[in-house]
Amino acid sequence: MINLTINGLAVSVEKGSTVLEAAQFLGFPIPTLCHHEGLTPYGACRLCVVEIGEGPGARLVSSCTYPAEEGLKVRTASERVVRARKMIIELLLASCPQSKVIQDLASAHGVRTQRFRQEYEDCILCGLCVRMCSEQMMAGAIGFRGRGTERSIGTPFDVQSDVCRFCGGCMHICPACQLRCTYNQPEKAICNACANLAPPCIEKEQYGDMMCYMNPCVACEIK
Amino acid sequence: MDTKDILDIIERNGKNHAGLIAILEEVQEECSYLPEEILRLVAKETGRSLADIYGVATFYKAFSLKPKGRHCVSACLGTACHVRGAQKIVEEFSQELGIKPGETTPDNEITLETVNCLGACALGPIVVSDGHYFANVTARKVGEILRDTREGTFGSDGAPEEHPFLIEVSCPRCGRSLMDSGTSLHGHPSILVTASMNGKTGWSRIPSLYGRFARTHEHAFPDNTIIQLSCPHCASSFQDGSRCVECGAPLATMRLADGNGVFRICTRTGCEGHLLDLGRAEL
Ligand code: SF4
Ligand code: SF4
Ligand code: SF4
Ligand code: FES
Ligand code: FES
Repeated sequence: MINLTINGLAVSVEKGSTVLEAAQFLGFPIPTLCHHEGLTPYGACRLCVVEIGEGPGARLVSSCTYPAEEGLKVRTASERVVRARKMIIELLLASCPQSKVIQDLASAHGVRTQRFRQEYEDCILCGLCVRMCSEQMMAGAIGFRGRGTERSIGTPFDVQSDVCRFCGGCMHICPACQLRCTYNQPEKAICNACANLAPPCIEKEQYGDMMCYMNPCVACEIK
Repeated sequence: MDTKDILDIIERNGKNHAGLIAILEEVQEECSYLPEEILRLVAKETGRSLADIYGVATFYKAFSLKPKGRHCVSACLGTACHVRGAQKIVEEFSQELGIKPGETTPDNEITLETVNCLGACALGPIVVSDGHYFANVTARKVGEILRDTREGTFGSDGAPEEHPFLIEVSCPRCGRSLMDSGTSLHGHPSILVTASMNGKTGWSRIPSLYGRFARTHEHAFPDNTIIQLSCPHCASSFQDGSRCVECGAPLATMRLADGNGVFRICTRTGCEGHLLDLGRAEL
C-alpha cells in the first residue's frame, strides 16, 4: 500500500493506482475529459491537473496519469490548479464550442468568457475513440494520423475500414460529437456506422433538427 | 520488392514495438516510399492494427506515403535560411514546378521538399538537389537549379560538383590571408601554405573549392605520409591536435577569413579528410 495525503487528508491506496483514483476514493472531485474507466489513461486533455509537492518545488501534473507515490502531497483545488483548469476549459471552448460536454464543464467551473480565436473543430484529439475502438471493441479501426496542426483522427488512408464493427462506440464516447449523428454529412463521419445501419430515423421530417439526441436511441441503440 | 523481402525485413527487425520504425525505414529505403499494400502486410505480420502503423507512418516526416520523383530538390527553411528569404525561394520552386512542397510533379520527375537546417547556415539560403549543394540561392537561380536537376548537369563544366562552396582562409595565428589569386586551381584562387617533411620545405597549394583535394606541392611527397603544414607568413604550424575522422592523422586548421568558422584538412598525403566547422570563431 502507498500512503499519500490529498488536501491534507491521509489515504493509502494500492500500488499502481493513480493520483486521480486516490482522490476519487476520498471523494475529492477532479474534472476529467479524456479519462474513462476501462480505458488506459492517456493524459491528453490536462483537465485533471493537480498540484504536487510543496513550496517552490510544487508543480502541476495530470492526475489521471500520475502514479501515487509514497509521501506525496497533493492539492486538488489550490488557486494555481483552479486557474490552470479554467484556462484549459477556455481553450477547449475556443476549439470546440458546440460540444455539450465542454459547455457543461465551462458552466460548472464558472468559465463565462472565451478570449481566444473561435474555432469550430469537431475533434479535440482526446483519443477516447481510438482507445475505445482498440481496447474495448478490439477493432483498431481508427487511429491518430499526422502530427502538429495536421493531426487528425480517422481510418488509415481515409478509406472505409474493413475491421470496423459499426458498433458506434467511438461516437458514443466522443465528447465533441457525442451522439450527434454525422450521417447527414458523410464526409465528416468518423466511421460512417450510421450510414451502414440505414437508420429509420432519417426518414422522419425533423431529422435535420434532431441531431440525434435521443437517449436511448430507438433505432441504433447507441446508449 | 516482393512479399518475401518484406517478410525478411520484418523477421530481421522483430515484431515488437521497437522494430516498427526500423521496418518502415527499410521499406522506405527500398521503395522510396511506403506503399499501401506493404503497410497492410506489415500490419498483418506484426499483429498490430493498420491504424497504428498508419499513425506512425504519418507522424514522422522521414516517411512518405506517396511515391517520390526521380529527382529530389530540398530547400532549407531553417531559421538562418528563412531570414535570408528561403520562403521566397520555396515559392519560386513551387511556381516553376506547379506543385506544393512535399509533392511530386505529375511526370514523376521532381519531388520538392523543405527541410529544417542542413547545417550550412552561414551559406544560406541552401538548396540541395540530388545531393548537390547550392549556396546563397536567390529566386533567379531557381530555373537554373531545376535545369541542372533535370539534366543532371551540376557545375558549368557539366561535371557533377559536390560542394560548390568557395572558401577563403587566413592564418589562425597571425591572421594574414592565405589566398593566392596569382595561381588558380579549378578556376578559383588557391590556398597557399608551407609544407615540410623530413627537413624538405616548400610551398603547397590547396583548392579553395570546398570538397576538392587536388593539391600541388613544390616537392613531390610520397603517398601516405604526414606532412607539416604551416603559415607562409608567420611560420606557425597549423596542426592543432585535432584528428582526421577518416584516418586519425593530425588535421591542419585554418580560420575562415570572415571569422565565422574553421577549415580543416588532413595532413596525410592521399587522404581526403577535410571539414568545415562553421560558427567556430575561436580555435
Ligand atoms: S464503430 Fe468502428 S471505428 Fe467506431 S469504435 Fe466501433 S469498430 Fe471502432
Ligand atoms: S473524435 Fe471525439 S473521441 Fe475521438 S479524439 Fe476527437 S474528440 Fe476525442
Ligand atoms: S438516432 Fe439515427 S441518426 Fe442518430 S445515431 Fe442513431 S441511427 Fe444515427
Ligand atoms: S483526464 Fe487526465 S489528462 Fe485528460
Ligand atoms: S538554416 Fe538552412 S542550413 Fe541551417
